Amino acid sequence: MRLSLNSMRKMLTIISNVLKGSASKNVARVVAARTYADFTAEATFDVKKCDTHRLDDAPPTKSVLTREDALKYYRTMQVIRRMELKADQLYKQKIIRGFCHLSDGQEACAVGIEAGIKPTDHLITAYRAHGYTYTRGVSVREILAELTGRRGGCAKGKGGSMHMYANNFYGGNGIVGAQVPLGAGVALACKYLDTDQVCATLYGDGAANQGQIFEAYNMASLWKLPCIFICENNKYAMGTSVERSSASTEYYKRGDFIPGLRVDGMDILCVKEATKYAADLCRAGKGPIVMELQTYRYHGHSMSDPGVSYRTREEIQEVRSKSDPISLLKDRMLANNMASVEELKEIDVQVRKEIEEAAQFATTDPEPPLEELCNHIFNNDAPLEVRGTLPWAKLKSIS
Amino acid sequence: MALLKSCVRSGRNVFAVILRRELHKTAPALVQVTVRDALTQAMDEELERDERVFLLGEEVAQYDGAYKVSRGLWKKYGDKRIIDTPITEMGFAGIAVGSAMAGLRPICEFMTFNFSMQAIDQIINSAAKTSYMSAGLQSVPIVFRGPNGHSAGVAAQHSQCFAAWYGHCPGLKVLSPWSAEDAKGLLKAAIRDDNPVVFLENELLYGVAFEVSEEAQSKDFVVPIGKAKVERQGTRITLVSHSRYVGHCLDAAAVLAKEGIECEVINLRSIRPLDMETIESSVAKTNHLVTVEGGWPQFGVGAEICARIMEGPAFNYLDAPVIRVTGVDIPMPYAKILEDNSVPQIKDIIISVKKSLNI
Repeated sequence: MRLSLNSMRKMLTIISNVLKGSASKNVARVVAARTYADFTAEATFDVKKCDTHRLDDAPPTKSVLTREDALKYYRTMQVIRRMELKADQLYKQKIIRGFCHLSDGQEACAVGIEAGIKPTDHLITAYRAHGYTYTRGVSVREILAELTGRRGGCAKGKGGSMHMYANNFYGGNGIVGAQVPLGAGVALACKYLDTDQVCATLYGDGAANQGQIFEAYNMASLWKLPCIFICENNKYAMGTSVERSSASTEYYKRGDFIPGLRVDGMDILCVKEATKYAADLCRAGKGPIVMELQTYRYHGHSMSDPGVSYRTREEIQEVRSKSDPISLLKDRMLANNMASVEELKEIDVQVRKEIEEAAQFATTDPEPPLEELCNHIFNNDAPLEVRGTLPWAKLKSIS
Repeated sequence: MALLKSCVRSGRNVFAVILRRELHKTAPALVQVTVRDALTQAMDEELERDERVFLLGEEVAQYDGAYKVSRGLWKKYGDKRIIDTPITEMGFAGIAVGSAMAGLRPICEFMTFNFSMQAIDQIINSAAKTSYMSAGLQSVPIVFRGPNGHSAGVAAQHSQCFAAWYGHCPGLKVLSPWSAEDAKGLLKAAIRDDNPVVFLENELLYGVAFEVSEEAQSKDFVVPIGKAKVERQGTRITLVSHSRYVGHCLDAAAVLAKEGIECEVINLRSIRPLDMETIESSVAKTNHLVTVEGGWPQFGVGAEICARIMEGPAFNYLDAPVIRVTGVDIPMPYAKILEDNSVPQIKDIIISVKKSLNI
């Protein structure tokens, strides 16, 4: 093909523009120049071997990760991270009130567990629940609006931080440890109704000493319930370190007669493989099982705890620099050419935007109307009269 | 003895009814059913009707129930639906609540409600409050049932009445049956209800037989929750009670009738919601009110009725202050003479009526 001088000049302009573009801030143009065929579609990663208790085998030490999944996990973890930081901001502005327990640092737990179970499986946790509310299907909008107590919140402003629910997600529970028998009960229903579903029942290192958990272990084991008991060990129960609260800190062994796994909770692939292993075990009728996720929270116990009176800033900083779950995934992706720096930055920008918009909604949506005060006391019930603050105040409650 | 007692309670001569039946062959077929059997029937019918219903608790299966209320159910329905639990109330109540959240309809039995204190967090915080906290997203269709209040000689830790404690909490429905009809109809209603229901039975009533109408023998017979029943019409004074003491009120009414004092006896059936309308209509008619309960006086069922009477239209109809007959404000003693004097007696009710009427 013979090129005219004119067309050659045009080509040179285009090429020089492209080259100029790659040096400028216009990242999009550079991305467009590389095709997805340039990225690795799938890679296999080594994950730490889990410590086991009463198990003959263990979850695999190699995890296959597709580019698609990697981007999804990265994005989801970033959403949780930014959402929690936004909640921190809104709390300091006194737009969120009451209790607010943040989970930044623990993102790999929520995202890894969700990756290891199916949407038809069930999950219940305690009050550090915003991340799980998101992975179980509630939008950031509805979560933040529930935190700010608006009518657009996922519980219409009635529940707040600790009481968010979704399909197959039973909250959000305020009483330490109470959610564990509840989770075993959900597992009972799964078995009773002859489904192959499992229930991931979460609790923290602080709750791990609760008597009712051992009651639940006993019945779940007796009746072979498809229950994955998951201890999110973030080393501190409020201000009490595990060494100061527990005669045995090997939480994965506390189920005694129940097999257990100790998992690196900062590595999303390790969490995913362990969860999948545990779920398969339960589905095969060999449940229950206990899983301990070793993780860390950057924030204090709640927004009223600076988090430095019982641990050092150095410790927090060390975890951030060496074991941050999002950084760990990002480094893996980049080292294996599964995504570009720019692509991940683009995701960050989008996530920030999504959170900003959600926060905007959460701060401008009106509060619930007073007419709703007494609604939903009962389910599927005739309207009833409720006494107000005054004897003649007869308020109405509908289901 | 039980038969005689129930004759007095039903207010008419049972034998006469039977004779009449033989002559006319048109009167409805009344049967004598104990409260225990009524409860068993209710559970049996609901287990049959809905596969999601199941019973769990201590000794409910192979022992046939600590008080034999679940007799025959395990043989009929098996391990899946009648579940013996270890002695771990907090754990099994929580498991029951969780199973209700995930779509089943559990009946959670407490051997007595005294043991429910160990599980009370699951009843209130996990069951009662959940529909509200979730703005209606999560329902908890569960029944907590078992004997409540004092028995005979079981002493302080096994004799507490929990009507006031559970009746205090929004999100719960609290029922307290007296007769066999109450027991059957209310338990069926409770099991069919999509909300947490606390069902307070009474151990001393289990063996008492009552007449049950044909209508009440039907598999679809339910008693509406939240409606009291006027067991005996009267004009001079209103007696309001729940559970075992309804019987005491009727006995007192029979004695007072001989002196020409006709008492209206109301059986609450429901502690929460409390049917104030029925009580208020009665007080508007009689102008005098006595409440009778087995529980302690402070912050009790009678206290609530008094407060509501005072706040409502019936206040203007009262010719005398409301009198509450209650259990003595002490932990339950063991010795028979002490125990007998720790709870309302028929003479206490009679004295209160006469005091109210200034006789």
